[in-house]
Amino acid sequence: MGRVSHAQEDVISQFRMALANRELLGNLVLRELRGKYKGTALGWFWSLLNPLAATLIFSVVFGAILRVNPTVGADGIHNYTLFLLCALLPWNYFSGVVNAGMAAMLDNANLIKKTAFPRQLLVFSASVSLFVTFCIEMLVLAVAFLLFGADPLLWVVPTLVLMVLLALFATGLALMLSVANVYFRDSAHFVAIGLQVLFYATPVIYPITLVSHVSPDSLVARLHIDSLYYANPLVHYVEAFRDLLYDHQIPSLTTVLVVVLTAASSLWLGWTVFTRYSGRLAEEL
Amino acid sequence: MGDIAVEASGVSKRFRLYHERNQSLKAAFMRGGRAKFDEFWALQDVDLQIPVGKTFGLIGHNGSGKSTLLKCLAGILVPDRGSIDVHGRVSALLELGAGFHPELSGRDNVYLNGSILGMSKKQIDRQFDEIVDFAGLETFIDTPVKNYSSGMYVRLGFSVAINVDPEILMVDEVLAVGDESFQRKCMEKFADFRAQGRTVVIVSHALSTMRTMCDEVAWLDHGHLKGVGHPRDLVDEYVGGSHEDRVVDDGADPVGQPTRGARWGSGEVTISSVELLDAGLPTSHVPTGAEVTFRIHWKADRPVREPVFGIAVHTLDGVHVTGPNTRDVDLATGTLEGAGHLDLRVPQLMLTPGTYELTAAVFDHSVVHTFDHRDKLFRFDVAPGRPRDQYGVISLGGSWELASDAGSST
Repeated sequence: MGRVSHAQEDVISQFRMALANRELLGNLVLRELRGKYKGTALGWFWSLLNPLAATLIFSVVFGAILRVNPTVGADGIHNYTLFLLCALLPWNYFSGVVNAGMAAMLDNANLIKKTAFPRQLLVFSASVSLFVTFCIEMLVLAVAFLLFGADPLLWVVPTLVLMVLLALFATGLALMLSVANVYFRDSAHFVAIGLQVLFYATPVIYPITLVSHVSPDSLVARLHIDSLYYANPLVHYVEAFRDLLYDHQIPSLTTVLVVVLTAASSLWLGWTVFTRYSGRLAEEL
Repeated sequence: MGDIAVEASGVSKRFRLYHERNQSLKAAFMRGGRAKFDEFWALQDVDLQIPVGKTFGLIGHNGSGKSTLLKCLAGILVPDRGSIDVHGRVSALLELGAGFHPELSGRDNVYLNGSILGMSKKQIDRQFDEIVDFAGLETFIDTPVKNYSSGMYVRLGFSVAINVDPEILMVDEVLAVGDESFQRKCMEKFADFRAQGRTVVIVSHALSTMRTMCDEVAWLDHGHLKGVGHPRDLVDEYVGGSHEDRVVDDGADPVGQPTRGARWGSGEVTISSVELLDAGLPTSHVPTGAEVTFRIHWKADRPVREPVFGIAVHTLDGVHVTGPNTRDVDLATGTLEGAGHLDLRVPQLMLTPGTYELTAAVFDHSVVHTFDHRDKLFRFDVAPGRPRDQYGVISLGGSWELASDAGSST
């Protein structure tokens, strides 16, 4: 590989570069946020209306018709919609980042071909802009909990930490997929299917306790299904969110470990893959 | 390191030419791995040192690798071999308004584009008025750019890019934007740049501009660096060299370079070809001041009364240099039938060195109806000759005489 050095070796100019990039990231995020709902009559409301519609549909289908029985949470909360939202909002954020990250390179092909800037920022800006809406949604959820008589205020800080960890996990994945999608355009379609499977393989619309009930009688088969099910890191993320918001309890040590480790390794892997393959982006696009 | 702004050593860039792009996983599985591709070296072992404060040009044919080199220098492409050292802040103008978001206002896009080009918010704040003023868009700055005309769009893009305040500016064929007054402003800005001792790297096909603007040029040919030197010497050599190249290309038609221009007309009289004759022999390469003949070969299936013939000479950047025709000189062409040719004898070709394009057309006697119009039918090169003039498009052929006024001390 050739080497391109833009003579930014000393610490001060590196710091200046970082500062400049921070502003660029901010501007790219603003572009996403401002551009997304421009020209629509409802504008920003769409970012709340979409999850609201999903919540309504799931609540009617699974809460009222199929009668999924949610667990009883802290302060005696026994409400399917709240139970659902604790997992649905993180899930929406996750799938949003993966989808937006995948499209980031192709959508900005012109920018990549004509200007030089750290290409990671395109994925980061998608991730950060979605994080802003994620935060607003979570705020609305917290208010809903208050209205239903639960007090989630003590759990705000650990929830925020968990949200950041989820963001890192999703961003790492998005970094990897964003370059993969340039080299293989089929990736996006595979990921669409993958996300669908993952949605049902994660306890979003149903309580995790149901999973052990479906397992067959044989102990060996149960072990397999369980370990396969728990191999999905999102199960742990979603359970952690539910622990904190719905049950008001600290997640188990295993869950915390899995969440921290997958977030770190996903980001590291994503970064490594991205820097390795991003050199040829301008010509492959 | 003090005097060198950009240094490339041993830079090679390889492109992959996919036979069938491996953009589906299915295709990848079927072939068992990577797609088949040919390797194509767009740049091979290029060593270049661009001094601080100079305006440096890159010239070469289409596909010679000059734009690839510029993209490598700008950090958009990563070379496969070799290294590039850039000392200073770079702004690259490869496409104006790249990254504008159509739904956002001009103001938002200035901030967005500015930060993509490496400006801080404070810098943009400081220069915002100047940027808007330069683009001449005060009244439209809060309108979404999707409502801009294409001219407004590139003007704003140019204005942001030129106000980035870079130490090194890299430009690829984007100077010719906007109307005449805007272009003049751009040229003034460039002159300021040079006066402030900043480094400019330009890629352009407009050789006359390169000759006047650059302090030094590098000539690339098929990915190899053919030479670096003074623009006058190198541009002349390039114009000469590109001639030799073309003759080889044109093995089938040694007469010149038929180019693929547009053609229209009703066809009562047609122009089958055009030749440039130097001393009676067809050529496409003549020196300034040569005695030449432009020969138009015509054909008419049925008798046509008093057709009017004309030619036009254009530079590659589209300047209409001259347009002689038979009507302006009251030449009676009579009634034409069959085939034949018409000669325009030029005692002294007063074009300055460069490449020109010849258009030929034939009209009815009123010059209202077009029989055959063949746009940019033929391309020819003018090499340095006598007069030695090199600037502009034509030579006046004058001679200088120096004298002292009576009464002044000698």
